[in-house]
Amino acid sequence: MRPVMAPSPTARRFAETPAIARRRRQERVARRLLGGGLILSLLPLFAILFYLVWQAAPLLSWRFLVESPRDGMRAGGLWPALLGTLYLVGAALAAATPVGILAAVYLNEYAQPGRFSRIVGLAVINLAGVPSIVHALFGLGAFVAFAGLGRSILAASLTLAVMSLPVIIASTTEALKSVPQSFREASWNLGATRWQTTWHIVLPNAMPGIFTGIILMVSRTAGETAPVLFTGAVFYKSIAGGDLFAYGLLDQCMALSVHLFTVSTQVPNVPDALPYAIAVVLVATVLGVNALSIALRVYLRSRKNW
Amino acid sequence: MKPLRRNLFDRLPELLIEGVIRLCGISAILLVFGIFFFVFREAYGLLPSGDFHLSHFLFDTHWNPASQSGPAYGTLALLAGTASVTILSMAIAIPFGLGSAIYLSEFCAPYRRETLKVVIEILAAIPSVVWGFIGLMVMNPLIIAVTGAPIGLNILNGGLLLALMSIPIIASLGEDALKAVPDSFREAGLALGASRWQLVYRVLLPAARPGLLAAVLLGLGRAVGETMAVLMATGHSVRVPSSVLDSVRTLTATIAAELGEASVGSHHYQLLFLVGIYLLAITSIFNLAADYLVRGRRRSSR
Repeated sequence: MRPVMAPSPTARRFAETPAIARRRRQERVARRLLGGGLILSLLPLFAILFYLVWQAAPLLSWRFLVESPRDGMRAGGLWPALLGTLYLVGAALAAATPVGILAAVYLNEYAQPGRFSRIVGLAVINLAGVPSIVHALFGLGAFVAFAGLGRSILAASLTLAVMSLPVIIASTTEALKSVPQSFREASWNLGATRWQTTWHIVLPNAMPGIFTGIILMVSRTAGETAPVLFTGAVFYKSIAGGDLFAYGLLDQCMALSVHLFTVSTQVPNVPDALPYAIAVVLVATVLGVNALSIALRVYLRSRKNW
Repeated sequence: MKPLRRNLFDRLPELLIEGVIRLCGISAILLVFGIFFFVFREAYGLLPSGDFHLSHFLFDTHWNPASQSGPAYGTLALLAGTASVTILSMAIAIPFGLGSAIYLSEFCAPYRRETLKVVIEILAAIPSVVWGFIGLMVMNPLIIAVTGAPIGLNILNGGLLLALMSIPIIASLGEDALKAVPDSFREAGLALGASRWQLVYRVLLPAARPGLLAAVLLGLGRAVGETMAVLMATGHSVRVPSSVLDSVRTLTATIAAELGEASVGSHHYQLLFLVGIYLLAITSIFNLAADYLVRGRRRSSR
């Protein structure tokens, strides 16, 4: 028997042929290049967020949030815009959530896989790809003009609801799919009908996933500009700062996103920090809601035990 | 004990709720047709009016619909604006987006992958009006300083913004496509002695090609339909551009910029809805093509 030699720290156990060495080099280069590209495309995000906050710093305060704009929107706070966004998102949520969830229930629990459910799926995909400005045209034609709602919170939020419907359908479908089939079979075997199974077994178990999707929808809807710009948002509306019930459903309102657009493009002589401060509030709202959704998802994934 | 067969009265609520669910199920179909119908309904008045010619609308570069003497309504320059910004953004976003997808799916440790995906999600969550604002306030002076162009609101500006907005879409959908390649492919490749890069290049990219192409097409469709960012960042000159430092105006930006000024029911107003139909047709083609590719992939992997 040959004595076992202790490997010296410098020698590799297998001699590296040039081909293997080249491959190893190739792989290292690929890994660095791809990873570097990813970092490079994410860096601007942090640079931009940092720059926005830095520029906005002098204006950011509690009072900025709860005061009304003054001096032709050159001073004061953004309460009407904040409240308007809240109303728009809330009403859109109320309209889109039930329809979206039931549509997903239909697709996942009721429809036979076949041509028809395929067409429904195709329609959802197509709806998700409609440009936001076309949604604005649709809202203007259908809700403002045809349904006679006029430019109002109701018309704007219905437009937003149509826009966010595919998001809710997609996320709810994912959540329903994650409920094991055996849960349904057990329920059917106990004599439950399809709806009883859906209501008592499938939906409760899918609830966390559905909820995550709804939060994500809130975050997207809050930042939308084009669809509300022509269906219900106005440049300026005077309401008392801090008043929670200042808008009615058929009123026009201000919205954070539209406010940012107006102040940065159409109001002359705005103090430098003001548009940055509006942008920071908008981004913070959207990312805050988004972070909630991510945290919920991570928590739920860790808790899931089937 | 209850009889096994429920009578009609017991089943009535069930039937009702089933009807409601069915209705919600087809709501997506109704809405897609509704969007086409209502946008077209506003545009319709223009078509029989005599001074509208489809060839003029599609192939003329003069756009001046508000003019009292001889309004021009050719959208070719607007299409050129959309195309130039989209092409530039895709030239940046496709390599970076697909590279990120490959890195996330094949080269990344699980913990780091989850972190990076969260950051990508955050990048995707920034509203388009904020991107437009960044284009206006940050990129505009930056581009003027670096390139010496007289104005920084141009194709370069809009293309960079759209690239940043499309990278997360392409990266996450591309990662899904790579994940969908069965692990047995990877195992077979590695067992034959392939390095990870060889595996990606020779096995995974060909296998995931339809899905990756679909990711690119969806990113493309999103870029074509993007409104606020290009409205604020590409300037407002209607023309066929000759360099990346030219200002242009896209189809979407035209609708957004002029809809507020056009009086309801005027030819100008109807024309903007017609541009909306045009835009919808373009994005639908991209979306349907992407869906077709994904469906093809599913069928072949079965």
